[in-house]
Amino acid sequence: MERSRRSFLKLVGISTLGLGTLSAVDLLDKVDLRAQGFGPDPKALQGERWALVVDVEKLDEETTRKAIEACHLVHNVPHYEDYEEEIKWIWTDTYEHAFPGQEYDYLAEEVEERPFLLLCNHCSNPPCCRVCPTQATWQREDGVVMMDQHRCIGCRYCMAACPFGARSFNWKDPRTTYFKDKEPPNPRYPTRTKGVVEKCNLCAERLAEGSMPACVEAVKDTKAIVFGDLEDPHSEVRELLHEHFAIRRKPELGTSPNVYYIV
Amino acid sequence: MYNKGTIITGLVIFVVLFTSPFVLGLVTSGPPPEPELTAKAKQAKQCVEVKEFMVESHMQLLDDWRNEAVREGKRTYVATDGKPYTVSLQNTCMECHSNKSKFCDQCHNYAGVDPYCWQCHIAPKEKS
Repeated sequence: MERSRRSFLKLVGISTLGLGTLSAVDLLDKVDLRAQGFGPDPKALQGERWALVVDVEKLDEETTRKAIEACHLVHNVPHYEDYEEEIKWIWTDTYEHAFPGQEYDYLAEEVEERPFLLLCNHCSNPPCCRVCPTQATWQREDGVVMMDQHRCIGCRYCMAACPFGARSFNWKDPRTTYFKDKEPPNPRYPTRTKGVVEKCNLCAERLAEGSMPACVEAVKDTKAIVFGDLEDPHSEVRELLHEHFAIRRKPELGTSPNVYYIV
Repeated sequence: MYNKGTIITGLVIFVVLFTSPFVLGLVTSGPPPEPELTAKAKQAKQCVEVKEFMVESHMQLLDDWRNEAVREGKRTYVATDGKPYTVSLQNTCMECHSNKSKFCDQCHNYAGVDPYCWQCHIAPKEKS
């Protein structure tokens, strides 16, 4: 059999090309979903800059506990005793720790001892999103600083970047530790897995179906936490801020937090 | 051809060794398991899309669902036939296919794939 090197190479080249094209066409064909498309739920809450206004006076111990519990139940947040493994979505701390730089020697005892309800500030200029190498955390158009647990690689850059300590790392798999002997309380929401960072998501899954965030809902009758759109001049949050003086955590850092505290 | 015997023997040994995992697999694994449908799934007659599409491309569909819901906030899927569905593996898919072990796992085990959905998403409780 006589075949020159040249004609052999040509033949090989053409067959490879042909096979390659075939499989590429095949692949494209499969990706086609044929569906009519995706859209938001018509009931979903729409906003441009979601914010929370916390009225500290109205948040007594019982109300605070209720808000925290509601959040943790809805999102299957585990509770670890060890401080280093703690998972925080919404928690309390003292005035001194929450508002450093704004404390002074003769602070009213009542303020000094009061636990302040803290959570992710859903900053307008979120440093956590800037440092995320995989865009697992990003700011949505409505201002929610979202987490995509599917993409998180657990590098914890965001935890270093967040000046509010609003992010926690899963050192353990919650399913084999905290939820080992008990069911996660909300079977409609996932847990997290080992090696991802988690935080408050402003109840994005509830906003999508037209409900308020769980903490707001839990203390609704006291109006201690109010949720609304800061860009809407007639929203409840804007009215509250218009009528009361409010402070934010570490505003000097320029992250522009969207959680306000009426003190 | 020089060393005909050695080369051909070598080639035969190579082909046998190379294909042995496939042959072994064919012999030992038996026929692929059929996913079992729950009464609820049977009653619905059709999944979000036609059966052939779901069998072939459910992973692609789920991937798109995940991206649209989490990243784009679009949590309603309008199927080819115009019917809307809530985009949720845990709440929509598993509502009908509440028999994860018979519907998902046995095929995945057979095919040797290990999707990590269930490390976070909670599977419905099955009556054992």
